[in-house]
Amino acid sequence: MTGPVLILGARSDIARATARAFAAEGHPIQLAARHAENLGTDRDDLQTRYGVEVSLHDFDALEVRQHEAFVDGLPVLPEIVVSAIGVLGDQTENEDDVEAALGVIRANFEGPALILGVLANRFATRGSGTIVGISSVAGDRGRASNYVYGSAKAGFTAFLSGLRNRLAKQGVHVVTVQPGFVNTAMTAGMDTPGALTAEPSEVGEAIVNAVKKGRNVIYVRRIWWLVMSIICAIPEAIFKKTSI
Amino acid sequence: MKLTGWGNVPVLDCNVSAPRSEAELKAAVARAHAIARGNGRSYGDSAASRSNTIDMRNFDRMISFDETTGVLVAEAGVLLADVISACLPRGWFPMVTPGTKLITLGGAIAADVHGKNHHIDGSFRACVDWIDLMGPGGEVTRCSAGENPELFGWTLGGMGLTGVILRCAIRLRRVESGWIRQQMIPARDLDAAIEIFEDNLGATYSVAWIDCTATGDRLGRSLVMVGEHARADQVAPQHRHRPLHVPARPRRTFPFPLPGFALNPLTVRAFNALYYWNGKRQTGISTIDWDSYFYPLDSIAKWNRLYGRRGFLQFQCVLPLERGAPGLHALMEAIAGSGQASFLSVLKRFGAQDSPISFPMEGYTLALDFPNTRKTRDLMPRLDAITLAHGGRFYLAKDARMPAPTLARADPRAAAFAAWRRETGLAPAFSSSQSERLKL
Repeated sequence: MTGPVLILGARSDIARATARAFAAEGHPIQLAARHAENLGTDRDDLQTRYGVEVSLHDFDALEVRQHEAFVDGLPVLPEIVVSAIGVLGDQTENEDDVEAALGVIRANFEGPALILGVLANRFATRGSGTIVGISSVAGDRGRASNYVYGSAKAGFTAFLSGLRNRLAKQGVHVVTVQPGFVNTAMTAGMDTPGALTAEPSEVGEAIVNAVKKGRNVIYVRRIWWLVMSIICAIPEAIFKKTSI
Repeated sequence: MKLTGWGNVPVLDCNVSAPRSEAELKAAVARAHAIARGNGRSYGDSAASRSNTIDMRNFDRMISFDETTGVLVAEAGVLLADVISACLPRGWFPMVTPGTKLITLGGAIAADVHGKNHHIDGSFRACVDWIDLMGPGGEVTRCSAGENPELFGWTLGGMGLTGVILRCAIRLRRVESGWIRQQMIPARDLDAAIEIFEDNLGATYSVAWIDCTATGDRLGRSLVMVGEHARADQVAPQHRHRPLHVPARPRRTFPFPLPGFALNPLTVRAFNALYYWNGKRQTGISTIDWDSYFYPLDSIAKWNRLYGRRGFLQFQCVLPLERGAPGLHALMEAIAGSGQASFLSVLKRFGAQDSPISFPMEGYTLALDFPNTRKTRDLMPRLDAITLAHGGRFYLAKDARMPAPTLARADPRAAAFAAWRRETGLAPAFSSSQSERLKL
């Protein structure tokens, strides 16, 4: 099965790596992002490396009332959709500036959840398809250092979980991807521990594998499942005094 | 951020940026003392600048590939490994490749790398059609043999000191299969090895592993390996239906840096003797997949940990043809006499090459690696002196420690390069730790 794969938020490093991983398996690729016309070299790259068809589509995750029209405008309903939409933002700025916080919440929860909701309905009607949502381990437990971002990701994770539950009997599968640190533009300048930091290509390959095997929730790297299990098991009375 | 080359020495604390667009790259270049860094496979300090190292690995897109002419246009951060994955299934292989595929195209151009076919095809420059180069002011200039030829000439082998390589067009070689027919020829000593090279100048690929621990009448005993791309009908029957497809090799990672004492003259001597006798048993023709043939060490990620945390020193020189034999004898005797041992040593015949600053010249090149110890550091200047006395010169991609006067004596082109860089404003806009040490 090598149907088309729609990549939402196609400019990010994880999105590029995921597009490559699917293209390497022979899937045609639909790249969607704002100012899609600037993705020409990425299209050339996928076509040159893997000989697959690639199309570019203008898409703004925050223009939620345009989502139906965006999906209508696709040349063909994709077999698989991957949402790599999201921004990290700055936690201290988010605490003081409502607009900044709203932007982070909308870009990590509202936008990606609502577009996947639209696609979910289309997939359900068709009776097939796979939805991949890239969330974050930051959503597993709110922490002082990034809880605005983390809470939006928590909402997105819960949305994906509900979507999976709803669509399980309708032939549509939902994969939740929980990356930890990834070596991308988002984390540039952060001093992240090497053993816990994945390359974007690892995330891309993990997603392709998860789709193939029908996995529900994956952590990349896998060690993050253990790390987050421990963090989530700390009693709140103790957790609130820590600075993890 | 701490940076090292593949030899893990020296360790330099560098400011590193990783631009994602030409605009970001332009801003980084404007900070001066800039050097582009690819995949970090040069051995020393060529791709590190304390004040301004620019990681180019985000520029990793292939732009076009013409399956009829074999011309690939790609950004500088694309790895040779990716070129092979994309192009070999369509029947094309890199025209020139060094002993690792984990290098970027930008790095291949900057070091003007060579392969086992230098005597036939020349260095990497032979397959480069054009280069897009970002200069000090952020302007992008296309250069080729016909357009801005002076800039083109200095850029090949110019170690990134002529600007940041952004994109290039390279020509690939048509192949019928992903397999190599290799002939293994043992040579009992150095003169026998040279004779085998001279007898096989028509072969596409030739290289020798040389035992630098053997002494006396075994001095320079070698295994010379000669190779040709296999035709589709020469591929083993079980692979003949898909001759361009080669089964993937298992990849392992060297788990931790070996303790310093593990590689000592005794263990190195034992390894080399085993390697020689094992190779001798395989004398004759065999068919090997491209990955094992060209890149035997790539199957072990982080193999440089073999040398422990203190790292290792590479030494690679080329001696002109007419003085090759006596020069190689002198080098081998100096190494054997020092009691130090080079773990992996490679001998190769170069063909003629005339280029502004590239390393190769017609003659014999010897590549050695030594654990980084006080004794081996003492040996280096003696090897330098022997090379100078025989009219040879040094490969900058391997160098981590040469003093400027040694380079100046070995290669009068270095002073011309430095002068040209000053005149054109490329110095001090572009500089590396190596270029500062060597006064390039």
